Amino acid sequence: MGKRVGMEVAIASAEAAALCRFDVAAVYPITPQSHVAEHLSDIVADGRVDASFITVESEHSALSAAIGSEATGARTVTATSSQGLLFMSEILPIASAMRLPIVMLIANRAVSGPINIWNDHSDIMPMRDTGWISFFAENGQEVVDMTIHAFKVGEHRDVMLPVNVNMDGFQLTHMVEPIIMPEQEEVDRFLPPYIPYATLHPDRIVSMGTLGMPEIFAEAQKSKNVAIVNSIKVIKEVWKEWEAQFGRKYEPVQSYRTEDADIALVTMGSMGETAEIAVDELRKQGVKAGLLKIKLWRPFPFDDFKAAIKGIKVLAVTDRAVSFGGPGGPVFSEIRSALYEEAVRPAIVNYIIGLGGRDVQVEDFIAMVKKASGGKLSEPYEFYGVRG
Amino acid sequence: MNTAMKNPKNVIENFDLYAPKLVSKEEFFSPGHRACQGCGEALAIRLMCKALGKDTVITNATGCMEVISSLYPTTAWNLPWIHVAFPNSAAVGSGVEAGLKALRRKGKIADRRVKSVAIGGDGGTMDIGFQALSGAMERCHDMLYVCFDNEAYMNTGIQRSSGTPFLASTTTAPAGKKIPGNQVWKKNLPEIMVAHNVAYVATATPSYPIDFMNKVKKARQIKGPAYIHCFVACPTGWRSTSETCIQLGRLANETGIFPLYEVEDGKYRLTVEVPEKRRPVQDYLKGQGRFRHLTPDQIQVIQERIDIEWETLMIKIEHSRSKESLRARRSR
Repeated sequence: MGKRVGMEVAIASAEAAALCRFDVAAVYPITPQSHVAEHLSDIVADGRVDASFITVESEHSALSAAIGSEATGARTVTATSSQGLLFMSEILPIASAMRLPIVMLIANRAVSGPINIWNDHSDIMPMRDTGWISFFAENGQEVVDMTIHAFKVGEHRDVMLPVNVNMDGFQLTHMVEPIIMPEQEEVDRFLPPYIPYATLHPDRIVSMGTLGMPEIFAEAQKSKNVAIVNSIKVIKEVWKEWEAQFGRKYEPVQSYRTEDADIALVTMGSMGETAEIAVDELRKQGVKAGLLKIKLWRPFPFDDFKAAIKGIKVLAVTDRAVSFGGPGGPVFSEIRSALYEEAVRPAIVNYIIGLGGRDVQVEDFIAMVKKASGGKLSEPYEFYGVRG
Repeated sequence: MNTAMKNPKNVIENFDLYAPKLVSKEEFFSPGHRACQGCGEALAIRLMCKALGKDTVITNATGCMEVISSLYPTTAWNLPWIHVAFPNSAAVGSGVEAGLKALRRKGKIADRRVKSVAIGGDGGTMDIGFQALSGAMERCHDMLYVCFDNEAYMNTGIQRSSGTPFLASTTTAPAGKKIPGNQVWKKNLPEIMVAHNVAYVATATPSYPIDFMNKVKKARQIKGPAYIHCFVACPTGWRSTSETCIQLGRLANETGIFPLYEVEDGKYRLTVEVPEKRRPVQDYLKGQGRFRHLTPDQIQVIQERIDIEWETLMIKIEHSRSKESLRARRSR
């Protein structure tokens, strides 16, 4: 069994990548991801992992170099945040179309403007449809575990897709948390060496990234979609295997006190823990509140979510990003659409919270639940606690 | 056994004479691709691949060459080849190099050197891919970058790039009633690569195929970054006839508008002789529709610029010293 240590989460995420014995890291520094970049380079510089660290000159080149190295068959990791992720956006859908299982650690941060270095999910949300598997971690332990899962899931022959692990910037990356770091030997047992489908090498010549005319382009898109939709099966298998070996359970949607709940909060990322405390407090007050925490954002776990809301009358969905001029936050839109055809479905309200590092406390979640208890807000979606 | 093989000493002395017999007959860039008639770039790539040989991985920026060579499900490439996007072939190529190096070191692939070679057009190299190129060269990857410069965005329809020459007419810097074409001088990218301390920088053109292939071979052997700026005629974009493709490259050298030189470890050297009395630039310009609108005065302005650029290059050739020789002098 691994040892329980106190470790900064950003550093722990790099340690997790090291346990996966990456061959190449191509990383450009950006706050609040920079400790990930620094620690990955420390690991390489100290020879703890036999790997190449490419000090690329931009995020665009970070992902481009990652594609180049992954295409040779090298297990490759990159990391970014906010503007950096947006700068990569041209290359993100190409990585998934080329079916290269790159792993990206994302320290989620607000997107400018105004410029803001603190946490929300406005960086990953516009990248939702790029064909990457997206995990959302709630705490440091989940960051470490999910980083290891990411390699195993992405490299699975039935998946072959890039995976990003989302950890809230500062709220997670800069926290020192108690984390059980798996032993190298345990990870080696869990994660087999990467056996790529095709590589760039003269011994077996391939052309990668060829031109797709209208006759084939749509089929290429469909096949990518089939791959990511079907990946949920592999993700669940990998999580089961993880639970059997390490004893920590992972589910696409994690329920907290929802068995008899009338109303449930929905969160993604680190705010789940604060919301749990709010649920406990509400229960003490006699409110039948519960919590649903989404851990798998892409592919969206439709069946798991539908199963998780049985009996719940009101869902208070929190979003940490804005869909400007849209129907509400992206998580809210997703859930409303997912439940549209259900004969019995809960009323769904939407709170947009925690933008650009705005603190959301236990009392805030309590107030949100109480305000939503009637199943309706005065507006289609509410910027909770925001002036103006 | 042919004459060249029988008399190797003779071959070296008369290399240009015998070279065709020594060039690999193996085709790594197959016929049947969709390049225009008289495309200098497709020819240059075919020659480049012959010089590189099989232990090579090509990273291709978006552009004509990717479009004409990789229409799914066909491919013209008999070398491992990857295309990702427009601005990043240098970055992808740097990742290929890092990946191959790590895997070789760890014994996961065969223990032999496979060269990463990234290629792009003038737009993909000098404009949108410039940052990625600068980064890859500065980081000293063991890779070669070859820019195929046909002096405009030909793939998208002859728009002006920073490789477009002064006063050339393009679709975004047209020869209008008031403004006679591109208003600024061509960016000197080889010089910028020299400033990156790239160990081997060369200019080339397929109009001098042996010179070009020798440079590719030399660049391949460099253990580190190398850069070749290959000047290629584009009949479609230059509004020139396809059979003049080779001739235009020769005229570019003979007039001095695109001299063929190499910079090895900081030392400049002319690799193809230019007649003592260079041909007037008019000889080069006249066959091309993109320069059709030029007045004698404008041609004179171009001629003066070329004369000064030429003298500047001659000064560098005369006075530059390799870093190795400078080191040797210090230790004496």
